Amino acid sequence: MKKVIANREIDVNEEGYLLDFSQWSKEIGEYLAEEQGISMSDKHWEVIKYLQDKQQSGEALSIRGIKKSGVIDIKEFYNLFPGGPLKKSTLIAGIPKPKSCI
Amino acid sequence: MSETKVKKMLFILSKGTLENAYAAFVMANGARMEGIEAEIFFTFFGLEAIQKKKLEHLHVATVGNPAMHMPTMLGGLPGVEALASKMMKKEMEKLDMPEVGEFLEILSDSGCKLWGCKLAVDMFHLEREDLIDELDGILTIGDFYNRANEDGTHLLFI
Repeated sequence: MKKVIANREIDVNEEGYLLDFSQWSKEIGEYLAEEQGISMSDKHWEVIKYLQDKQQSGEALSIRGIKKSGVIDIKEFYNLFPGGPLKKSTLIAGIPKPKSCI
Repeated sequence: MSETKVKKMLFILSKGTLENAYAAFVMANGARMEGIEAEIFFTFFGLEAIQKKKLEHLHVATVGNPAMHMPTMLGGLPGVEALASKMMKKEMEKLDMPEVGEFLEILSDSGCKLWGCKLAVDMFHLEREDLIDELDGILTIGDFYNRANEDGTHLLFI
């Protein structure tokens, strides 16, 4: 599916996740966050950067990983991205939704 | 994003085996990760999972469990249950599954409410300090039903 954000066309799947990370930019992330009702702070971006780095090094993302990340604790993670933190943060980060059950 | 009609999951954990505790934990955590509210009510043997001294010693049931593919006589021998539990824990660790205590911390931090059953706590002569610090309180079953206060609430007995 095609989607136009900030005058740029990006490819997304039916759930709205970017298919090609090279199309991602901070501006696009900002728009995607807004659609989820989230206004981005420095802490949000720190988490996004962490997720993108983990994704690039091929590590599976999980809530347990967040606990050990040293970037953010689980409570704060839920506060920053309410209503499904890992699925919302990965959507904003332009990376695939984690497939893990934990 | 897809919008589930499930808004709140209330679990009753009545068994003290490792596999049942994990079933409740994985489902409760999965609910929170989808933005669904989750609460667990620990009753009868399920209380073993929130007793400080016992929670890291839960076992898989090797007797009376046909899916273990182990003769009942063998499953009852000393040490077999411990061995099977150890093997299962090893497999779960490979999948990055947290141990019971850490899982309870994750659930609590994730906003999952954890409740002890008053009747069972009294029956087993337990005190509040025997139970994990993360516990949100001790409730009667009636109190727990009252937690089902919105449309889209589901109750699950494990």
